[in-house]
Amino acid sequence: MPKKKNLNKIIVIGSGPIVIGQAAEFDYAGSQACRSLKEEGLEVVLVNSNPATIMTDANIADRVYIEPLTVDFLTAIIEKERPDGLLATLGGQAGLNLAVQLAESGALEKYNVELLGTSLEAIKRAEDREMFKETMEQIGEPIPESTIVEDIHSAVDFANEIGYPLIVRPAYTLGGTGGGIVNNEEELIETTLRGLKYSMIGQVLIERSIAGWKEIEFEVMRDANDTCITICSMENFDPVGVHTGDSIVVAPTQTLNDHEYQLLRSASLKIIRALKIEGGCNIQFALDPNSDSYYVIEVNPRVSRSSALASKATGYPIAKVSVKIAIGYHLDEIVNAVTKKTKACFEPSVDYIVVKFPRWPFDKFVYADKTLGTQMKATGEVMSLDRTFEGAILKAVRSLEIGVNRLHMEKMDDWDDDKIKSRLNRINDERLFLIAEALRRNIATPDEIADITKIDRWFIDKIKNITDIEVRLKKTELSPKLLREAKLVGLSDKSISELTGAKLKDVRALRKQNKILPVYKMVDTCAAEFEAMTPYYYSTFHGEVDEVTVSDKRKIIVLGSGPIRIGQGVEFDYCSVHSVWALREAGVEAIIINNNPETVSTDFDISDKLYFEPLTTEDVLNIVDKEKPEGVIVQFGGQTAINLSASLAEAGVKIFGTSVDDIDRAEDRERFDEMLTELNIPRPRGISVTNLDDAITGAAEIGYPVMVRPSYVLGGRAMEIVYNEEELRDYMSRAVKVTPDHPVLVDRYMQGTEVEVDAISDGVDVVIPGIMEHVERAGVHSGDSIAVYPPQTLPSKTIYTITDYTKRLALALQVKGLLNIQYVVADGKVYVIEVNPRSSRTVPFLSKVTDIKMVNVATRAALGETLKNMGYYSGLIEPKPYVAVKAPVFSFAKMQDVDISLGPEMKSTGEVMGIDYHYARALYKAITGAGIVIPKNGCILFTVADKDKEEMKQLAKAFSELGFKIVATEGTARALQSIGINAEIVGKVHQRSTDIIQMIKLGKIHMVVNTQAPGKHVAKDGFRIRRATVELGVPCFTSLDTAWEVMRVLTFMRDRRLVYSLAIQDYVGGGDALA
Amino acid sequence: MKGKLILEDGTTFRGQLFGGSNATAEGEVVFNTGMTGYQEILTDPSYCRQIVTLTYPLIGNYGTAKQFNQSRKSFVGGLVIGELCDKPSSSSMEKTLPEYLTAEKIPCLYDVDTRALTKKLRSAGTMKGVIVSEYASQGTINDMMKLPIRKNVVEQVTAPVAYTLDAREGALNVVTMDFGIKKNILDALRKLNCRVTVVPAKTTAEEILALKPDGIFLSNGPGDPKDVPEVISEVKKLIGTRPIFGICLGHQILALAMGANTYKLKFGHRGCNQPVKDLRTGKVYITSQNHGYAVEEKSLKGLPIKVTHVSLNDGTVEGVRHAELPITSVQYHPEAAPGPNDSVKLFDEFIEHMKEFRA
Repeated sequence: MPKKKNLNKIIVIGSGPIVIGQAAEFDYAGSQACRSLKEEGLEVVLVNSNPATIMTDANIADRVYIEPLTVDFLTAIIEKERPDGLLATLGGQAGLNLAVQLAESGALEKYNVELLGTSLEAIKRAEDREMFKETMEQIGEPIPESTIVEDIHSAVDFANEIGYPLIVRPAYTLGGTGGGIVNNEEELIETTLRGLKYSMIGQVLIERSIAGWKEIEFEVMRDANDTCITICSMENFDPVGVHTGDSIVVAPTQTLNDHEYQLLRSASLKIIRALKIEGGCNIQFALDPNSDSYYVIEVNPRVSRSSALASKATGYPIAKVSVKIAIGYHLDEIVNAVTKKTKACFEPSVDYIVVKFPRWPFDKFVYADKTLGTQMKATGEVMSLDRTFEGAILKAVRSLEIGVNRLHMEKMDDWDDDKIKSRLNRINDERLFLIAEALRRNIATPDEIADITKIDRWFIDKIKNITDIEVRLKKTELSPKLLREAKLVGLSDKSISELTGAKLKDVRALRKQNKILPVYKMVDTCAAEFEAMTPYYYSTFHGEVDEVTVSDKRKIIVLGSGPIRIGQGVEFDYCSVHSVWALREAGVEAIIINNNPETVSTDFDISDKLYFEPLTTEDVLNIVDKEKPEGVIVQFGGQTAINLSASLAEAGVKIFGTSVDDIDRAEDRERFDEMLTELNIPRPRGISVTNLDDAITGAAEIGYPVMVRPSYVLGGRAMEIVYNEEELRDYMSRAVKVTPDHPVLVDRYMQGTEVEVDAISDGVDVVIPGIMEHVERAGVHSGDSIAVYPPQTLPSKTIYTITDYTKRLALALQVKGLLNIQYVVADGKVYVIEVNPRSSRTVPFLSKVTDIKMVNVATRAALGETLKNMGYYSGLIEPKPYVAVKAPVFSFAKMQDVDISLGPEMKSTGEVMGIDYHYARALYKAITGAGIVIPKNGCILFTVADKDKEEMKQLAKAFSELGFKIVATEGTARALQSIGINAEIVGKVHQRSTDIIQMIKLGKIHMVVNTQAPGKHVAKDGFRIRRATVELGVPCFTSLDTAWEVMRVLTFMRDRRLVYSLAIQDYVGGGDALA
Repeated sequence: MKGKLILEDGTTFRGQLFGGSNATAEGEVVFNTGMTGYQEILTDPSYCRQIVTLTYPLIGNYGTAKQFNQSRKSFVGGLVIGELCDKPSSSSMEKTLPEYLTAEKIPCLYDVDTRALTKKLRSAGTMKGVIVSEYASQGTINDMMKLPIRKNVVEQVTAPVAYTLDAREGALNVVTMDFGIKKNILDALRKLNCRVTVVPAKTTAEEILALKPDGIFLSNGPGDPKDVPEVISEVKKLIGTRPIFGICLGHQILALAMGANTYKLKFGHRGCNQPVKDLRTGKVYITSQNHGYAVEEKSLKGLPIKVTHVSLNDGTVEGVRHAELPITSVQYHPEAAPGPNDSVKLFDEFIEHMKEFRA
């Protein structure tokens, strides 16, 4: 059946901001979906609140709405655009939930919008626990037996019926406490009792425990004609018990024989048919390692993180094909985009092994619980391909950028054998490294390790193959033969150099001399059965024949930004993609190297060539040797790419854009200070110290408060603001290891307005597309601040100064391309905080709102084109008549034990944008888009630090005047009394029966303003209050600045329409300006 | 020890030879793209005397177990793979793959760039090859290369004598002509309550009919269907007497018996991911395939044969049925092992035909 005839205009829902569990994979899926729809001649309307995405570019959809993903906004957009169909299965769980809400609200019916792809009923059948259970029972597919109990008797009855082990999960607890796996009646009773106590509704879910079974996933597709295919099988290295997003995953399955494989494949087809899914779907199974028994764990009736992985792992574009199915095509009518000859109706066959490795944020959240379980904690992931598992896992580990280049963590060197052995049963981010250490020391056999960890022995043996060769490298002289063996196992030159003591450059030389070089193989969906044109490659030392055809065209490599982590998100992928596009536009062959399977940049038809490889000097140089490009562009791949520039330049590779020396001048503190002095541009006073005494004298001289941070980050130790000597002493002893090699930086903390600028220079002219003003004063990390374009409070003199400084800094650093500068404005004076000679987090946001293709211009400037030639002149571009607000989004609900209080260390995982002709509504949209539901009335709790009490008074007064009831802790309440506000006093935590936590739990508090006493470390009560707000979804503001803005929004929005939507094309095109 | 695979056109692929310097092989080199099921492939008689290369690079991960054997022994000429796993892991494992290869005396060349080899075969077509040790003399290689591709492969794999598998009371009698049958076909028929009598390939039509079958099954098997003209002429006599169902070589023999033609494919279809479209429903099934020859579509013109299934990849004939008689056949393997079970329903159709015939 061809395309449905009634479809002309389709609305696509994106997934919104990046949070843990919902990351860049939906930008990849959504962009592919929009392109795929446009290819069919359909008009596409896209709604997504996340500006850092490719999919929200004005050229991806005909109409792009960067608006909050709420029923109200969507309904307004639908009313305005009148689409024929709605596509929601590519926007993650957020998109799917919204579609369900829209259907239930009657909006779809009212405006006659067809829900495309999987039907509402099918979605519910997959997602509703009871309906899913019923469906699986009907088709005879087993799911783990479970029950909900409210007393001990029922729990014991259930256990007697199905046996042990069981998992006990209390329903609705703060922080998921109180549950666990039980193996006998005694444990069951104990855990259930505890669970019932912790559960807010007195219920406990008891389920058969299949922890330790193999976790297997299938990606399945089905069309309306009931043709079903599986795209990819995946096997989790970590057995059932660890969220698949936190598991190391391999594809295809490795330890399943054909019988087991077909058993689960057949079950997958049966399930997708029973659920009547049209499009892609992900099914997870638990397989008993000792029998044919299995359980269905979960079904995702949509494109998911796993399908992005499966797409990249096989080359099969799942999102694209899902879209074609949704608009009516059958699988056999869709062309295989890879071979261009065969159809999309086949099952990919791969001839390599894929490893996915999660990237956790524990380097930023040092105090977080690192145990891995059913709640996903990773912010991103890397993928690698090779012809062996050993090669692939080592590539994956190199790609993580966590300071390791093999299965070895330096800190474990200091651990004794007992410590290593006793920790093998811990399931956390270090398990793989611990296993390797145990094997390296030969203190546990693969069988013992497999027994303790329940990880299949096949994987453990493979790890042993790696550690065995490491041991030999340590003991034996490095011969060409041994070197070849080490490379066959997949060890990097750097690892070999570390293990043998040979110099890195000597290892490389020996390797080249003996022609121990990787070959590059193609990813073609069909294991070479058919000819393919995909320019998608991976390296391997296991091969004779290289498949890359090196062209004689002018070619340039763009380095990507690796895994998504806090501080380096999807924004940098956006920039990499635009740089690639700019190169292609200029007729240059664009080659990208990246290792993140979630992203648009690693879609095989974005660049002329895609190398799916780690971003390390060796891996990049191998490609450079192969391709002999004119040079490499590093400024768009975040710090990942910038960090490689020096070593690449040293190896003789040309770096396009700002020179390596100039990059160093911006990054090296002394050289940077020197330059500022020369330019006569002020910066907050600061010193670099190498011992405690110097720190104390220095800080006294500078004057408190001071900002302190290690120059060399060890395990993510945080930056802090300290207010006195005592706190400084505490910080120096607790947080950092200060040595002459690792100085600590002490800077004056300026409590002013923070301002951020992105500019483009060609070395002669400097264009400033826009300036952004932060809502939160300096001290809150720029990535966690609300940023406003154009500035709302800065006087023109300040803007002039900022423009002037920016120009001078860009020229002094001879920037060719992008640079980002952060300023603080205090008492009317402008200070430079930081200069980054590269693209920044705000580039996608600014590009969108200013309608200037910043990366395109920057890429061309880097290649030598002049700004004048491109039609740009030096200076600040006139601000637009509308306002755009970028707000941070956090994933605190997923990370227990993390303090949500904002500070100098970045904590947000994503961002949203609000845009409007009115500042207040733009801010309202940003806050709403960030998922914060601001109550219009009700009760606000104030509990602030002494330093903030004075300022808080006015704020509380303003809220009170808006009709809010104010409650406060004792000290705060007393302060309020002085200005005539009678705040109800609430007890501190556990002070009385109606303490704060209890009131929050009972829904008596609707908003919280809480600031932390300076320097105090995790003040216990405050921490508990803040965590309670996260668990219960109560807005909590930890900066008075944010709270002020919320108050202003509330005031303004009293007599305005809350919902008003325009497409980005309208804003930049200067359309409808009537709000 | 070091070894190599040399193709007819002189292309050489190097690797490690498992089984010592005597582990030599010669035969047609074919590739299979399945990612699981190496043991089923090794014991599928259709690969008789062929050198099989597997495109998936990690082979032997779950060892081997008797239950997965598809015939009494392995008939392959040799195996060419990437990694040969000697530390497998599976609860059902009885032998590691290296142990199995030793027991079955299968020469194996591993650590080979099988992707490069596959690309070669894909572009140049399947060809003859020899596996020898790195140190084999050119004379030896030349001699081996000169040996013709054997034509008597069906004879090597067929059951030496007829045998009957037990069944329950009232079972349908199926006489199976064994051209190299896979165990899973027998299992599939028995599951559907058939009493299966397996007869050697050379059994005559009269002998078969004397067994009073409710239906006749023509099995899969190795080689060129035109190499067994005597079988084709017997099958001719069976047409119209009983319901017939053919798979793979059985399908080709049946087509030839009905007057159609077969031809050799450039590099065949071998794998578990082959899409086949059922022209009657428009549905597509993923199938397990292993064939180097195919029924020529244009030769069906004017014959009472309808094409029921085609390959979605290259449009070749994958299934036919007689216009009037209860005779059907498919080129692919509905019995799976290895591969997907999507088409197992095809056996039901055969059962229906037999039931109608009996009634």
